[in-house]
Order: sequence, then structure tokens, then C-alpha cells
Amino acid sequence: MIFKISHAEFCNIKKGLLFISPWIIGMALFVGYPIVASIYYSFTDFSVLLPPVGIGFQNYSDLLKDDLFWKSLNNTLLYAAISLPLGLGLSLFLALFLNQPIKFRDGFRAVYFLPSLVPLIPLAILWQWIFNSRFGILNGILNPLLQPLQASAPNWLEDPMWTKPALVLTRLWGVGASMIIFLAALQEVPKELYESAEIDGVTHWRKFFNITLPLISPAIYFNLIVGIIASLQFFAVPFVMLGRGPADSSYFFTMYIYDAAFKYLRMGYASAMAWLMFILTLVLTILASRVSSRFVHYETDNL
Amino acid sequence: MPQLKRKLNNQFIYFSAIVLAGIITLVVLTAVILPCLAFDLFPSYFRSDIHEGRIKIEYWEKWTGFEGEAMQKVIDKFNQSQSRIWVEKRPISRIEQRFLVSVAGKNPPDLAGLQAFMIPNFAEKGALKSLDELASEFNIKKEDYLSVFWDMGVYQNKLYALPTTPATLALHYNKRLFREAGLDPDKPPRTLDELDSMAEKLTRYNNKGKIKTIGFTPSYPGWWLWAWGFWFGGRLTDEKGRITMDDAGNVKSLVWVQNYARKYGLVRLQEFEGGFGRLLFASPQNPFLTEQVAMELQGVWMFNFIDKYNPKLEWGVAPFPAVEGLENVTLADCDDLVIPTDAPHPREAFEFISFVQQQENMELLCMEQRKFSPLKKVSEDFWIKHPHPYIKLFYELAESPNAKTQPMIPMFQQMREEMNSAFSEVWLLKKTPEQALERVQNRIHRAWESQKRVEEAKSKSQNSRLGKK
Repeated sequence: MIFKISHAEFCNIKKGLLFISPWIIGMALFVGYPIVASIYYSFTDFSVLLPPVGIGFQNYSDLLKDDLFWKSLNNTLLYAAISLPLGLGLSLFLALFLNQPIKFRDGFRAVYFLPSLVPLIPLAILWQWIFNSRFGILNGILNPLLQPLQASAPNWLEDPMWTKPALVLTRLWGVGASMIIFLAALQEVPKELYESAEIDGVTHWRKFFNITLPLISPAIYFNLIVGIIASLQFFAVPFVMLGRGPADSSYFFTMYIYDAAFKYLRMGYASAMAWLMFILTLVLTILASRVSSRFVHYETDNL
Repeated sequence: MPQLKRKLNNQFIYFSAIVLAGIITLVVLTAVILPCLAFDLFPSYFRSDIHEGRIKIEYWEKWTGFEGEAMQKVIDKFNQSQSRIWVEKRPISRIEQRFLVSVAGKNPPDLAGLQAFMIPNFAEKGALKSLDELASEFNIKKEDYLSVFWDMGVYQNKLYALPTTPATLALHYNKRLFREAGLDPDKPPRTLDELDSMAEKLTRYNNKGKIKTIGFTPSYPGWWLWAWGFWFGGRLTDEKGRITMDDAGNVKSLVWVQNYARKYGLVRLQEFEGGFGRLLFASPQNPFLTEQVAMELQGVWMFNFIDKYNPKLEWGVAPFPAVEGLENVTLADCDDLVIPTDAPHPREAFEFISFVQQQENMELLCMEQRKFSPLKKVSEDFWIKHPHPYIKLFYELAESPNAKTQPMIPMFQQMREEMNSAFSEVWLLKKTPEQALERVQNRIHRAWESQKRVEEAKSKSQNSRLGKK
């Protein structure tokens, strides 16, 4: 019965569709068509210059045997596994901190948000200099601190062990966007709950875990999903900052797709990779929402 | 009454929706789709290929700056020399991608300046016009060229490109640092052992034990990491075109590379080289110009940067030393002129190419770009007037039987990337040279095999199509 539409509603839908028809057409032409075409190309050998030749599943079976594919996948997942929890944790911490009644609060909020506005390419070049092994500001600070320990700061961009931590650091610098979402969620938490908790004499920790965290769980969920997608699509910063990096340590999935498509002119192979990446993203997202559905609490559910 | 009002209101919304959708569709149509269609259907109408009554040749070139101006001088000379053809040069960045898209879109320029390593890939995929007939008609012969540069325009026995400005690589060294280290500035290393021992003498440390100046390191400038095997008698493909990444010479070269990482300490070298930062080649901060690197492998163009950023530098050039029994080993490269398959005026475009190939014009171009000529015949005047103090040495290297080129195979780009990654693994002491090269050999071999399967599928589908007819 829910799906039965009255005549008036039908008219409204028609009107609505009519209004957005230019965008629907545009999406279909410039987004929908390429997506469908890439499925087709992933089953062909296609170099742009010659017509595609169907080769069945060869691209996919070649990929599974391609150790560079596994290496780049490994790099990507490793990066995501380090940067996601750290990014979520840090942005939540900053949001909690900036939600306190402190002096110059608005100023601090602006300062912590600003880095996320820096475009990716300048960001990559800026951090290249921060990480510079001889003249970088980071090692300029670290080296004197480490001297008493007879140690020296790592060569961030030259040592394969340190390239991923360096990239995680650059990402943490830009947590402003997810911090703002947390901040908005924190301000939505009703004050009465805290007040009644205080009357009951509850500790700060209990307040955080039993009131704050459940009530901002939709924001955590949102940031988690966006974070998964963003870290799997990580491209511009490592591409500019490191290229493939020492021993391919910063060679991410997306960079291999780029190389296969535009350097080696293997569009079919690249399309197959892109589809595998889509499936991976989908699986991880579904997994995340399955797991978190038990923890996410929507206030409106109870109303 | 209210019912009527609602009805009117309803009609108004409908009306405005239709009008809005109509307007936007019209705008998109007129602004994007119609011009594209028209351009596709009547390209010659939109591409004015007439310039003041002459046939206009559109020429895409990657060069800008003084190198672009040098070519412009030759173009001006050509345009004045006759009244039928007009060549117009357009500077194009990222020419490989643009060229690809323009050919795929069947709307290519008449003429393009590519780098030699792009030729096999484009030729294999049918993007380039074979120049054999036109060349014999215009009396352009292999015998007139240094063979290494002619060969770079040939793919599977067909000529696809003719050279413009060539380059070779040689050892560049800093004479002042040689004197400071107690070495004779007029005696650059002649063997690899001499190179290694001189590099040790030239390397300076600060009081913290960190490198201040390096004599030599195979990791710098990092542009030909894949090619060190050439100086050790190695090769990347054999006469039959088979992949030989794990050739004994290549193994030897990577052993030599790894010895450098061990001798100077990997961490120390990383810190020193990391200090250079990236994107600093064409600047006064270039480590060779700031005397932080005493010897390096560089191309004939290095003089331009020395001249521009540190003309006081005391420097010399010598053939980069090779293993015993090999002399004057170098890596040659060149810029090429090509005609795309669907170019509207191939004959006229070739007329310009053949103009550039004439000794006089070639020398004008190469002199202005401060490189040497790819032709066998060079006028005495060219050598006398040339600003580069060591230009003849680069030419002699190009003449040498040991002048190598990148393998002329479509997969070269991938091969280069894989070889660079093998270098990186060896340099970082993660793998032995044998292990690293074995992996690369297997990878490239597998890619090669998979390419072959694709060829089979292609010919099969072509056969079935023919069968149906």
C-alpha cells in the first residue's frame, strides 16, 4: 500500500523529474556512460588508439598473478589501517577539546580547521620540505631531541619504512573537515543529559562513554565511511610527494591504475583494476556498516 | 475559485519547469554538443588550414623557451623559403597524452615533435604514418645519419620518425673539487675502479660525520637508473628482441650500485640525497652547480644550466668509464618529428621535415639549442662557432659503436619503471642484484606473454570478421 501513488503525487514526481532532467541527462552522459563503458573495457585489451579486443577474464586473471598489484593493494590497505583510526581519534579529540569553554575558542577552531582548506598539490610540496632529511623543519626539531638518545631522526621520504608514516602525518594535518562534523554532533547532544548525570554524580569518563559517544555515533559512522573511501582513493599527495617511493613503498592502488592507463596505455587492465577497487570499497563499506549498525544510535529512532 | 487558482498555479509550475529544462538543454546543446558534432563532421571547415592562401601545417611541439625559439627560427626560414606552405608551431605540454587523444579522436595535428622513446608504442598502435616512401622521394637516406639516431625512428623495419636534436650522456666533473682533493683536474677517471677511488677521495664529511660533498653516487640524478647495465656490457633486449633484464652485465652493474650503498652507508646517503629535495634540477640549487656532487652522469644539455646558473663553475666532461674492453659507452636519445596517421596534409608536413633535415637548417637548430647535429656531415663552422666547450666529445660518443639507446619496444615505459624499482630494491639492500633482476625479468616476460595472447585474440577476431564477409 505504501507504494501506491496518488495522482497528485505522480504529477509532483513528474514535475520534479522535469526540473532536474538536465542534470539527470548530464549524469547519464558524463558519469553513467563512462562507468558502464569501463565494465566493458575491463574485459578487453584497449589502448585508446586501436578498437578494443575482447579477451574475456584475462585482465582479471593477469591481475591476480601481478605481484605489483598485490604490493600496491598491500600499501593501500596498510595506509588505510594506520591512518583511519588515527585520523578519527585525533579529529574526535580535537572536537572534544574545542567544545570546551576555553578562551579564544573560535580562534582555535579556525586554526585547526584551516589546514584542511589547503589544496592537495601545494600540501604535498609543503610537506616535502617539512620532511626534507637535511633542511626540513621536522628533523630540525627531532634531531636535537633525539641526540641524547644517540639516535637520529628518520629519513622520512627516502627510507621505505618511513614513507607511510610520513603520509599519515600529512593526512592528520588535514583532519579539520571531520573535526567540524564531530563538533556539530557534539553541540547537538542535549545539555539536560549531562545535567542529570551530574546530579547522579557520574564521572567524566562515564559521561563520555555513556552519553557523548552514543549520541555522536552517527557522526563517527559517517566519518568512518568517508574515511574508508578517501584512504582507498589516496592519490594526489603521494603521487606528487614521492612517486613510487623507495622500493615501491608509496605505490598505491590508484597510482598503479594511473600508470597502467596513461603510461602503458593498457586501459582494459586499468579498468579491471578500477573495478576491483570498487568492489573492495563496497565490501569494506558494507562490512563497516554491518559492524557499526549495532553501535550507531539515532536519536530519532526513539521518537 | 481556489480550485481554479490551484489549477493555474499547477499549470504555471509545469510551464516553468518545461521552459527551464528547455533552456538548459538548449544551452548545453548549443554550447557543447553542436560544436562538437559540427567539428566532427566538417573538421576542415573549422580548422582553417589555409593561411593567407597557403596550406597551413599545424605543428605540435613540447619545447618552450630558448629551445622553442630555436625551432621557430627554422620555421620562419622555411616559411620564407617558399610561398605554398605555412608552418605554425604550437607549444603543447604533456604532449604524449595530448597526441594520443588527438589521434584517437581522429583530429591530429599535421606534425608533432615527440621523444624517441614514445615512437615504438605509437607506431605499434598505428598512430604514426610510415615515412619510408616520402623519405625515398625526398632523397633522405640512412647513410646520411649517425646510425643510432636514425634507428630510433625505425620500428619493425619501417621508418616512422626523423630526428631533430639529439643528445648523449657523459661524465661531468668539477675541476675545482678535483684540485682540492689532490687530483689532476685534467685526468678524469678512465676506468670504473678509478671512478670509485676518485669518488672516495672527493667525498667530504662534516664534523658530525655527515656527507657534505659526494664524489659520485649511481643514485644521482636518478634519471637513468635503469641503464647502468650498458656500462657493464649488459643489455635489456637481445638481437631477436627477447627480454634480457637479468643479463650478466646488468647483474654486474647492480652489484656495483650496491657497493656504493654499502661503502658510504645507506642512511648517510639517503639523508644527503634527501636534502636535495625534488624538482630542483633547473635551478641554481642544482647539486652539481652548488658543488655538492663532484661527478655525475649528465646529458649534453647540462652546459645550458651551468651557463645560466653558475657560469663560473670549473667543469670538464669525459666519456663515462665502462668495464674493461668497452670504450665510449653512452646512452643516446633524441627528439623526433612524426606525422600522425590521419594528418590532413602529410606531404606538406613532410616537406617541412625534409627542410629541417638539410644540413644547413639542422645545424641552425642544433646550434641554437646548443646540441650537436644528428647528421654525419657537419660543417667546420658549426664546431668553431658552437658555444658548448665540449660539444665534439658528445658527438664522438654518438658515433661510437657502443652508443646505446633505450630498447625500441612498445613496452619500454613499463620496462623502465620495473628496472628503476629493481635499482631501488638493490640500493636499499633489500634484495641481491640477482633476486631483483629475476623478479623484473619474470614480470616483463609475463607482460610480454600476455601481450602475445592479446595479439592472438586480435588476429582471431579479425579472421572471423573476414570469414563472415
